[in-house]
Amino acid sequence: MEKTLTTLLKNHRESGGNIISLLQETQDVFGYIPKEAVEFFSDQLGLAPSRFYGVATFYSQFRLKPRGKHVVTVCCGTACHVQGSERLLNSVKLELKLNDEADMTEDGMFTLEKVNCVGACGIAPVTIIDKKVHGKAVSEKIIREIRAIKGPRDAKK
Amino acid sequence: MVSLTINNKKVSVPEDSTILEAANRNGIKVPTLCHHPQLTPFGGCRLCVVSVKGMPKPVASCTTTVSEGMEVATSTPEIENFRKLVLELILSDHPNDCMTCEATGSCALQELAYAYGVKGQEYAGERRVYAKRDGNPFIERDMEKCILCGRCVKVCDEVQGVEAIDFTYRGFRSKICPSYEDDLDCEFCGQCVSVCPTGALTGKQWARKGRYEGVREVDTTCPYCGTGCTLTAHVKGNEIVRVSSKPWSPNEGWLCVKGRFGYKFVNSPDRLTKPLIRRASGEFEETSWTAALEYTAAWFKKIREQHGADAIGGLSSARCTNEENYLFQKFIRAGVGTNNVDHCARL
Amino acid sequence: MQRNNIEIRVCMGTGGVASGGAEVLAAFRQEVAASGIAASVKEHCSTHQVGCRGLCAKDVLVDVAIDGEKVTYQFIKPDMVPRIVKEHLLENKPVDEWRVGEDYERFGRKQIKVVLADCGRIDPEEIDAYIAIGGYESSRDVLLNWYPEEVVTEIKQSGLRGRGGAGFPTGLKWELGKKAPDDIKYIICNADEGDPGAFMDRAVIEGNPHSVIEGMIIGAYAICAHHGYVYIRAEYPLAVERLKRALDQARERGFLGNRLFGSNFDFDIKVKLGAGAFVCGEETALIASIEGQRGMPRPKPPFPVNKGLWQRPTVINNVETLANIPTIIRKGCGWYTSYGTEKSRGTKVFALTGKIKNPGLIEVPMGITLREIVEEIGGGIAGGKALKAVQTGGPSGGCIPASMLDLNVDYESLAKVGSIVGSGGMIVLDEDNCMVNMAQYFVKFTQEESCGKCVPCRVGTKRLLEILERITKGQGREDDIERLETLSGGIRNMSLCGLGQTAPNPVLSTIKYFREEYEAHIRDKKCPSKTCKALLTYSIDEKLCKACGACLRACPAGAITGEKKVPHKIDQAKCIKCGSCYDVCKFKSVMRD
Repeated sequence: MEKTLTTLLKNHRESGGNIISLLQETQDVFGYIPKEAVEFFSDQLGLAPSRFYGVATFYSQFRLKPRGKHVVTVCCGTACHVQGSERLLNSVKLELKLNDEADMTEDGMFTLEKVNCVGACGIAPVTIIDKKVHGKAVSEKIIREIRAIKGPRDAKK
Repeated sequence: MVSLTINNKKVSVPEDSTILEAANRNGIKVPTLCHHPQLTPFGGCRLCVVSVKGMPKPVASCTTTVSEGMEVATSTPEIENFRKLVLELILSDHPNDCMTCEATGSCALQELAYAYGVKGQEYAGERRVYAKRDGNPFIERDMEKCILCGRCVKVCDEVQGVEAIDFTYRGFRSKICPSYEDDLDCEFCGQCVSVCPTGALTGKQWARKGRYEGVREVDTTCPYCGTGCTLTAHVKGNEIVRVSSKPWSPNEGWLCVKGRFGYKFVNSPDRLTKPLIRRASGEFEETSWTAALEYTAAWFKKIREQHGADAIGGLSSARCTNEENYLFQKFIRAGVGTNNVDHCARL
Repeated sequence: MQRNNIEIRVCMGTGGVASGGAEVLAAFRQEVAASGIAASVKEHCSTHQVGCRGLCAKDVLVDVAIDGEKVTYQFIKPDMVPRIVKEHLLENKPVDEWRVGEDYERFGRKQIKVVLADCGRIDPEEIDAYIAIGGYESSRDVLLNWYPEEVVTEIKQSGLRGRGGAGFPTGLKWELGKKAPDDIKYIICNADEGDPGAFMDRAVIEGNPHSVIEGMIIGAYAICAHHGYVYIRAEYPLAVERLKRALDQARERGFLGNRLFGSNFDFDIKVKLGAGAFVCGEETALIASIEGQRGMPRPKPPFPVNKGLWQRPTVINNVETLANIPTIIRKGCGWYTSYGTEKSRGTKVFALTGKIKNPGLIEVPMGITLREIVEEIGGGIAGGKALKAVQTGGPSGGCIPASMLDLNVDYESLAKVGSIVGSGGMIVLDEDNCMVNMAQYFVKFTQEESCGKCVPCRVGTKRLLEILERITKGQGREDDIERLETLSGGIRNMSLCGLGQTAPNPVLSTIKYFREEYEAHIRDKKCPSKTCKALLTYSIDEKLCKACGACLRACPAGAITGEKKVPHKIDQAKCIKCGSCYDVCKFKSVMRD
């Protein structure tokens, strides 16, 4: 990990970035912001770790825990809301057996996230599954997609 | 200088003053919770809002600088209603457990709630609930009582330069804590405790020792080092229950961990309160100051007669004041007659 | 059969890509290449991607232009491509049944496109495409032949106002930036389009990124700034990619960097990615974020134009504002002022969404009526329902009731009725939308996005939300409407920044125009629009139920029981009120009250 962090830091210094861009790059690599990374950067840059943590918890993009293997992102922008994104979100929760608190399934296969508008309001409601954008996303369609991801794995068992 | 009117009173204040400073300077009290005169203005609590002629909305007096001819009203029915509302909101997310709170009697929030007659019932709703208690040895951090005024964050950064804590999360979930919500691990200077306007930050060793009933304030000088910070011992009976420092002290009210939290020795049963003389048997024997000084002086004389003054050396302590150290070297040089004198800080 | 100049344009905005644009484009390329007989076609045929053209609901949209004669197809899937290639390209017989219909034409009729003029027309990833339509001529002209003061005057006279929300006159802002005495100044393009329901900035950057860059160059020259930043949402990956590519291309051509266009003026632009915080659309929070801090606003004054990024004078303009600049310079302020109203000049892009037949991005002259937008451009309400209200301005805006449809859409008129133009979100609501629920939605949004610095916003919006929640759950109290109003007044007057100050707008405007809906929730414990879950009961009418089992299969909670030929029943204790049964029942036997 230290090697990766050193590279990240080197790029960061060369590009003249800030804490936010450094954390963004860290998350790109690890999928979340490991505590070790914050401690390493803090030490190397002479910046208090509390600053990193303050920034990392402020912006909704940053995650402090690893994400599931597959990420389902339900857009909750206004256009999606009026087209029923809440109901969609609830059916995905049911399908993934997630309670109100949890955002990741127990087996670490799925993470369910909400996003405030991906700017594709013309095809609302929108759901993104592993970076693929699904427009006019009705519950049945999204659940079918999720089951398709689940499917092969369940078959192997 | 800039001239303006506050509550129809003509006042003149230096340029770049804030409205709040201008008001305070002229004896006009404006309520505030987040403002601290020694820290950069924050503008978060919104209690210090005032009405300025020509401005569509109330402005925060702590962050607005004065301008020539400005007409300020610090208290109008509208402004007071807004202040009341803000207090209602703060208290709606507060444990309101003043009965057992360490800060009762010295809590700025409590005083304002009292002054405005606010109980915090009007907008009762969800409160922040934190189960975790910070495991550090000195500072009790009850974040449920935190009103997020940010004074602790700023003092840690601007005065102490440590940045141990920061705002984290956002909105209603905002919380002030160290990185990854670890236990506080800093210098424990307690500056944050001293600026906290509520009971969110208190000294762990203060707990249930006494709040204000029967507590006297005794101004004294910190015995720990030659800096000689002025501190205020809060004494109940014959026991120090906590230590603070006043902002007009030479140390501007700031202390270090020793001065603020290292007072337990005063009432320690192990503390020597009477001089002891070690007799030939090796046993210590309690004696009076006169006897002890006479005994020591006699020995100094004896050594000087037998071996000369240079056989004696004096070592003084960094915990003494400058005056005490001066006297000590004078005593060794002029009284004893040797230049063998030094100081522990050089060791 | 001789063909000249065949141009195939496939929409590859976020909407287009989501609907399979990339596959369609690939299919065209493959199909054109594969058609052996079509060697002549291939030679003259260019297939390229274009950015968003607004009507994402009909994606994938494809233009086929033969010698300038354009046919637009809608809802194109890859398997439809061979037929288009065969019949249209080779046999010159357009596939009529796949062509866009009348509503596509109507969608465009009342629009005046300035900012969106070239979105969907040119390849956004090719600088030459922009140059070919006169791109970078305005900036070249300005840098070589104009004084900065002249630029300021021109923009001031154009009457252009900030398109990000507040509508501050752009020329005036530039004038203040120009006058701020400092060697180092910054110009920032605010592309942190946070309003959930507005996507014009994304569309502009995806469709014509160079127009924004050119606007920035002109702005930088006017205020004498040598450093620029684009602060853009990370949630817009395609826009970020296209913007970065465009910047590289502009730099290669010498349009950015040192001595632009051979003048003595140096200017370059850096990209900073937002990290997901709506409040960073606020100028001082945006600056904090570029500096790498938590995006917490600070009090104004000092304004950024005097003390902004790194304490230097900073001018912040929105994407749409900047994209207007090159055209205003090219065509002159007189041309621009011919559109719009006296105080709101020019055109404005709106994201028309919600329960509208043709949702999409539209650009209309200021002062157009809401009716023209909703009924003519948008084609009316989808599904034959009745229009209830139009929400404008997103979480900072308000709901305008259907009775005010003849309202002119401009800064002043919207403000007068308690809403705002804002960044241009325009959500159409029909009879099925509950206004209390809408207010709750927006307050929930602002509450989650509140930075937490000041009490009225941090705690106040939370309490607003709690009151709205209890109302929608049927637990509202008799005096809750008054409580909402008092609290809203406090939040509006006492909050530190614009986010908090405008957060109560959705509540106040819905109370103003739809008070009876609030009262129905509170007094009768009913949601007139049948939206609020807690106030609904689903039951099955035994007489109508055909026991088909559809609802039983659809119910995610296992609340429906029944056997073949026996009318089904809903167990109220298990019912989660998701409405799935209501949706699937073909016999209308599921009742909802």
